[in-house]
Amino acid sequence: MLALVLRRAVMSIVLVVVSTLAIFVLMSFVPGDPALTILGENATPEALERLREQLGLNRPLHEQYAEWLFGALRGDLGTSIFSGEPVAKLVWLRLGVTVSLMVGSTLVIAVVGIALGLLSAVREGWTGRLLDAVSLVGFALPGFWIGIVLVAMFAVAVRIFPATGYIPPTVSPGGWLASLVLPVTALSIAGITIVAKQMRDSARDALSRDYVRVLRATGIPERRILLLHVLRNAAVPTTTLLGLTAVSALSGAVFIENVFVPPGLGALVTSATLRHDLPIVLGVGVVFAIIVIVINLLVDIAYGVLNPKARVAR
Amino acid sequence: MSTAPATAAFATPPRRRIPGFAALFLRKPVAVGALVVLVLLVLAAVAAPLVAPYDPIVQDTSATRQGPSLAHLLGTDVLGRDLLSRIIWGARDSLGGVALAVVVMLAIAVPVGVTAAYVGGRVDRVIMSIVDVVMSVPNIIMTLAALAIFNNSMTAAMITVGVLASAAFSRIFRSAVLATRRELFVSAATVMGLRPLQIMVRHALPHAGGVVLVQASLFAAATLGIQTGLAFLSFGPPPPAPTWGGMVADASKVLATHPWMFIPTGGVIAIATLALGLLGDGIRDANAERFTAPTRVRGLEQNRAAVDEVVPAAEEPLLAVRDLTIGFGDRGALTVVDSVSFDIAPGEVVGLVGESGSGKTVTALALLGLLGGSGRVTGGSIRFDGRELAGDRKAFAEVRGSGIAYVSQEPMTALDPTVRVGAQLIEAVRHHDGCSRAVARRRALELLEAVRIREPERVLRSYPHEISGGMAQRVVIARALAGRPRLLIADEPTTALDVTVQAEVLALLRSVQRDTGMAIVFVTHDWGVVAETCERALVMYAGQLVESAGIDDLISRPRHPYTRALLASDPHGARRGELLPTIGGTVPSPADWPVGCRFAARCPLAVDACRRAPIALVDLGAERTSRCIRIDALVAEEKGATA
Amino acid sequence: MTAPVVSAVDLAVDYGSGRARRRVVEGVSFDILPGRTLALVGESGSGKTTIGMAVLGLVPPSAGTVEFDGADITALRPAERRALGRERQAVFQDPYSSLDPRKTIGYSLLEPARLHGASKADATSRARELLARVGLDAGAMRRYPAQFSGGQRQRIVVARALMTSPRFLVCDEPVSALDLSVQAEVMNLLTSLQRELGLAMLFVSHDLAVVRQISDDIVVLQHGRIVERGPAEDILTDPRDPYTRRLIEAAPRLDRRAPVESGKKGAPHAQL
Repeated sequence: MLALVLRRAVMSIVLVVVSTLAIFVLMSFVPGDPALTILGENATPEALERLREQLGLNRPLHEQYAEWLFGALRGDLGTSIFSGEPVAKLVWLRLGVTVSLMVGSTLVIAVVGIALGLLSAVREGWTGRLLDAVSLVGFALPGFWIGIVLVAMFAVAVRIFPATGYIPPTVSPGGWLASLVLPVTALSIAGITIVAKQMRDSARDALSRDYVRVLRATGIPERRILLLHVLRNAAVPTTTLLGLTAVSALSGAVFIENVFVPPGLGALVTSATLRHDLPIVLGVGVVFAIIVIVINLLVDIAYGVLNPKARVAR
Repeated sequence: MSTAPATAAFATPPRRRIPGFAALFLRKPVAVGALVVLVLLVLAAVAAPLVAPYDPIVQDTSATRQGPSLAHLLGTDVLGRDLLSRIIWGARDSLGGVALAVVVMLAIAVPVGVTAAYVGGRVDRVIMSIVDVVMSVPNIIMTLAALAIFNNSMTAAMITVGVLASAAFSRIFRSAVLATRRELFVSAATVMGLRPLQIMVRHALPHAGGVVLVQASLFAAATLGIQTGLAFLSFGPPPPAPTWGGMVADASKVLATHPWMFIPTGGVIAIATLALGLLGDGIRDANAERFTAPTRVRGLEQNRAAVDEVVPAAEEPLLAVRDLTIGFGDRGALTVVDSVSFDIAPGEVVGLVGESGSGKTVTALALLGLLGGSGRVTGGSIRFDGRELAGDRKAFAEVRGSGIAYVSQEPMTALDPTVRVGAQLIEAVRHHDGCSRAVARRRALELLEAVRIREPERVLRSYPHEISGGMAQRVVIARALAGRPRLLIADEPTTALDVTVQAEVLALLRSVQRDTGMAIVFVTHDWGVVAETCERALVMYAGQLVESAGIDDLISRPRHPYTRALLASDPHGARRGELLPTIGGTVPSPADWPVGCRFAARCPLAVDACRRAPIALVDLGAERTSRCIRIDALVAEEKGATA
Repeated sequence: MTAPVVSAVDLAVDYGSGRARRRVVEGVSFDILPGRTLALVGESGSGKTTIGMAVLGLVPPSAGTVEFDGADITALRPAERRALGRERQAVFQDPYSSLDPRKTIGYSLLEPARLHGASKADATSRARELLARVGLDAGAMRRYPAQFSGGQRQRIVVARALMTSPRFLVCDEPVSALDLSVQAEVMNLLTSLQRELGLAMLFVSHDLAVVRQISDDIVVLQHGRIVERGPAEDILTDPRDPYTRRLIEAAPRLDRRAPVESGKKGAPHAQL
């Protein structure tokens, strides 16, 4: 188990470096001259050249990347070309928001999705079909559309939740949760339907297995079989799916943050991309890469815990 | 023993044809509907100049913010532009983008996945490492970067999405191909002398084809969400060009004053996504049903048995089964066990012998109320210790484990693979004894010792995959004994074990039976096992009991042609180069049960009377019964043979 | 002295890689002469199936050689190794996965013959002939495996194995997954075909009774090594090695009765 974790940790560092290098190379192709955008069209060629020199834009690519990398290792992610603020500080301020959204929606997807899936695996009749129909709708409607509808219904028509903005938990835990409800709901709906479906299939599969029949024959009550044995076995493939869902919640957050406009990384990176503000994009890219890698690591660990056969060295 | 699913024994007679993929797909109304919707959308997009009623960019200031009307079927937006036309033209942007992403994804993932599976070895490992790296790059950042580089080009974004997604899908396609590689027909093809490439193309790829189609449509559904999301964020063609996502953004800005617009704009995205998802499901289901031969149950007229006069037991039996009838399918319409009656006395060891299609396993499961799927008891009674069980879930629940226990054929799958062996044993003990964990643990150890496991502590701590098959079967027996049952149903308990282990487990069962005085119903197809363990045996054929007798009588003087023939085909009687006597023909499936004797078609002693009417069970005295009217001929042959 | 069709010379096979590498077959040698059957008998872990795979060329030997007509099969060029497929065929255990479920019976039967140069017409007539020989009608050619029972599929597999008139057949537990009466039919089929065609056979089985009918010589394996070998009659009637004796003793027999003193009248469970 420990060997597995260590191996993954080393791999992860490599992955982060490769990811950021890829982003760096890609961004270097972005057309447009940041210096021009900052100083405007009326700037003199000399002023432009001086700014370019100052920003280090004339140095060869690998030198620029190396310098960025060493800085990053020290915790210095450079400064925004446009606002001059340190990227690390910008990212740090907004990290909490995006992580809240992501963790919140993953939790909701996991709990609701697993419960619904288990329920529909056991209840064959009309409950199963109702769940089918509801999950189809949830799967089909785009998240941002749902988000807007939610705002219209619960924030404008009936003012229960805030339409935009974000209250950090340190200021007011209640307010924090309230500001998260609508965006997390919008973010979770599609994920719930996918996880519920997978859970239902896995649970049905587990219920058809020999050991369930033998457990029943032993006299063990059905509820215990379901919650202890079936859930555990069905959770194994569902865990991998949850990992994937968490990662796609990250992408989803970018869209949702443009609906609800909480001050998160998604909104930041969208505007930075449009402005060709490379250091910010790189900084956010690093954070995203690290988040994805942490998620994959957690999935591997959970998988090892749930499935004893997987603990043996591969 | 056959490891195929129970329905394989009831394969349709060769006359019926197997439906092709198209036929199976067309039988699913939902999937067909989804396909039609998609085709309509694609046609509308392609023929937009012809189909759209208005020019999508032209504004009509006199008709702004309108709901649906005859002039504008879906209403207009804030600038008076017809929504239906904008949606039709927007389809080009969205569906075109999705198509591009899907094509790019498949063009990369299929060759990469197939190559990795086909070549294997180091190439496979290298490819999979690259795939892992690509999968960990944050997709959204790369997509945004592509948009920035190529000046908000949706085409660039869609290509990027396709390239990034191809990593995950190449993994999926690789697994699909690898799965077929393990099949025996691939080994056979290799032995035959086919080149690896030929095997891949002829035998492995066709199986993966279904997977590719399904994954492609599911990916398309997800990509539509991304594409419209990006358009929503103002990426892609700038206004006034119509895009589905952009139209949702427009609608959100006027939500307060013109809420209607929100419906068709979101609706078309939902419909298209739904259609793609349902199409994928339909393809997957149709593909899974191919090349299987399901039984037709509707409108079935089965030939059923006569009601038997049952020989009453001398004393109150432990288990009394009367006219037990079990059916499968819609409301149990297809009967597979037909009016079976027998008694088990306390402490008796009785064998239940038969081949596949006889109904012996189904009968055994019914005694515990464990018929899975669509199986159900459609008639008769099961009385255990005087209490009626059939149809009474509560009664079964109370009797299982403490009255009647069960041991199945495959020891490795009888235990939950994620829980330690000890925990599973303790669970059973605590359920029956209601004691504390410590006390249960001690009893569990005793039980393990009773089944002659040498290192009970170690076994308690192990997982099922860490112990051998023989040991696992002993654990299963120990757990069955935890409730102190009075009857044990053993369903082929030693068939899956090595022969030396088999002998040990059989000896164990015999000694446990002696110590506890419990009765055993021993379901098996092995005559040797029956001979060595049982006092009495019941022979089943085509859902009926055909003979029952004490073991000595049954084996040396069988009184039913099937029993005789089955004993004769036992390989123990073979000599080098000689042929064993065989029965010829096949077991009739329940749908094809004839009116008269079900064995008549294969019976050397059959006469017309055998085929005309159902044959009743005859009491031969000395606790023997037989379902045959030609017993005299059988006895005569036997005397002739020994003369 | 006739030359053996197939020989194993000091054969050894390893499984797994790196630290998990184990030797599952060690020092196995045998000869199979034309028209004779050698049975490999053993329990799980004995290596019998692995040896069968090695003889078929599906698993490479880690030491020693497998020879066909005196030539080391691993030393052959790929084309020559594929050509062996005409002379050496296999019948495997699982009748449900031995035939490609997506191909008609006709396709599966014609495939080996066409591969080795037969014309479509010749191959088709041979297929019909063999189908009749194994007891199925020619109409089967147009149907799919799912439409046949386990025993029927296994007979089709036997027919397919004989399409190229091979000289050598490896049977890996060909009847273990079949019902008793069907088992007898397929064993009869193999026995009579061997007599008619003079096939050399390697018959792998865990069941000594099944092997009785068809084998001339028996090799008993335990943990990857040969513990006893000899003519079938000798091994079965007078085994020398204690393991062989245990194997024979353990098989449940029709003529043995266990004294079952039924503890009737509901004697209570003892300390259990």
